[in-house]
Amino acid sequence: MKAALRAPDTATSLDVSDPGRPKRLRLRQSPSRARVVAPCLVLAGVLAAWSFASHVLLDPDRRFLLPAPESVLAQGLLRGADLQEMLGALVSTSEVALVGLVLSIVVGVSLGILMSQARWLEYSIYPYAIVLQTIPILAVVPLLGYWFGFDFQSRVVVCVLVSLFPLVTNTLYGLKSVEPAHHDLFTLLGASRWQRLLHLQLPAALPAIVTGCKIAAGLAVIGSIVADFFFRQGEPGIGRLIDIYRQRLATEQLMTALFLSSLLGLALFGVFEVLARAIDRRRGARAT
Amino acid sequence: MRASESSMRQEISASASAPSPGLDRLAEPAVRFGGVSLTFPNGTHALESISFSVRHGEFVALLGPSGSGKSTLLRLVAGFEAPSSGVVQTSGESLGYVFQDATLLPWRSVLANVELPGQLAGVAPEQRRARALAAIARVGLAGFEQHLPAQLSGGMRMRTSIARMLTVQPRIFLFDEPFGALDDLTREKLNEEIAGMFAIEPFAGLFVTHSVRESVFLSTRVIVLSPRPGRIAAEIEIPFPYPRGSELPYSKEFTEVTAEVARRLREVSR
Repeated sequence: MKAALRAPDTATSLDVSDPGRPKRLRLRQSPSRARVVAPCLVLAGVLAAWSFASHVLLDPDRRFLLPAPESVLAQGLLRGADLQEMLGALVSTSEVALVGLVLSIVVGVSLGILMSQARWLEYSIYPYAIVLQTIPILAVVPLLGYWFGFDFQSRVVVCVLVSLFPLVTNTLYGLKSVEPAHHDLFTLLGASRWQRLLHLQLPAALPAIVTGCKIAAGLAVIGSIVADFFFRQGEPGIGRLIDIYRQRLATEQLMTALFLSSLLGLALFGVFEVLARAIDRRRGARAT
Repeated sequence: MRASESSMRQEISASASAPSPGLDRLAEPAVRFGGVSLTFPNGTHALESISFSVRHGEFVALLGPSGSGKSTLLRLVAGFEAPSSGVVQTSGESLGYVFQDATLLPWRSVLANVELPGQLAGVAPEQRRARALAAIARVGLAGFEQHLPAQLSGGMRMRTSIARMLTVQPRIFLFDEPFGALDDLTREKLNEEIAGMFAIEPFAGLFVTHSVRESVFLSTRVIVLSPRPGRIAAEIEIPFPYPRGSELPYSKEFTEVTAEVARRLREVSR
């Protein structure tokens, strides 16, 4: 009970930069400009250090270990055939990640709702939700292969397995975060359990559920790329390309693929970020 | 805000037709506490031997220092808590409960918030909408139906909360220190309006407050509770007729009664 009521750790650790609540961190002058300029400076610094390492620190015949930014751009991103191949793979990976994420949301939110309905249900399910998170995904890969084959289905299952936990815990946390006075109101008005869930708990839990989605989205992308390494039948995903580039020592392409796949994660994260901000704006901070 | 604060009393006098309660109704109490004691599971002894009743046309103010169990008495009436011993009886009529906070659902508009009781009770959409619109007009919030709680001032949120309860047409009306967080002017205005509603439809009222002035202004009777465990330390009849206007607090009689109530409160708070 106590453990479940706490905000899930994953939420706080991955969400430290949540721009939905910037009030305490806001810089004194022109916060919007600072928000653009500051990360650009960091990017410039990283690129400079990267160039330096590649051009100065690395011996030319070992430069394949870390090709300079401009050669990644030229040989990775700007070479039509390679890019085509990567984008195709990215689509396939995105499909897996999206289907996995949707399934994960459906299953995770349902489990959260189920657990919120009775103590004994929460007590019965919660330990296994934790176990789920601690299972090394590598260890279940062979089993998943036997059960679901070595293509799309198994990749989706991997996505669900790795992204389910934050959804379950955030949903449960959100459903339980309803203010006691609101519960009193619904009791007074004679609300049924279903009405309470539909008109009070679920709307109240929505911000927490969206936060869960945000975390799960990143995990689903990672899951689908990891799954590409193990389940190699069917459409090749970006994970498989990465593995191929690794074998060929094609570091430029490898890094490009890496950027593209993080773009996918960013895009999904962005969707939920926009959603979260819209909810925040609509509800206001101090409304009761 | 300004515009909306203006016309609630006129609205009431114009629109509400007072359903005069039958004489038999007046005779039997709407709420009765019989020797109620309450100790919470954590060992807090909240109430001790509380006995009093509230009839229709009686507006009882519960006054006491914090921790005297005032709010707990309301929670007993609503059935949120059960007494450890003794009985809490109500006539079973429609119950209104205005909470300390406005307790609006922040994702619902004013209209949708006020429609909530009807919606949960399964009232047909057109009917509950009409009822909600009337209640919103009655508390002076006409024109704010589509606003979200976050867009309203504290006073307007409390008005919405009151409108929501008006839709259940309460015959027993409980107020749990509803205006504690508001500025003085808004608070006085809302008190006048509550007194106005009571004058037109004499419900059985219970109003929790720790303001002496508020308790005297609103009620027909002030019950002073002692610190924990809450016991009835004094009952003071308030003689002023309704409707009570904004000039009442400046009369000599009001000052005298207030001084008396304040004295009794100070005695128990020592």
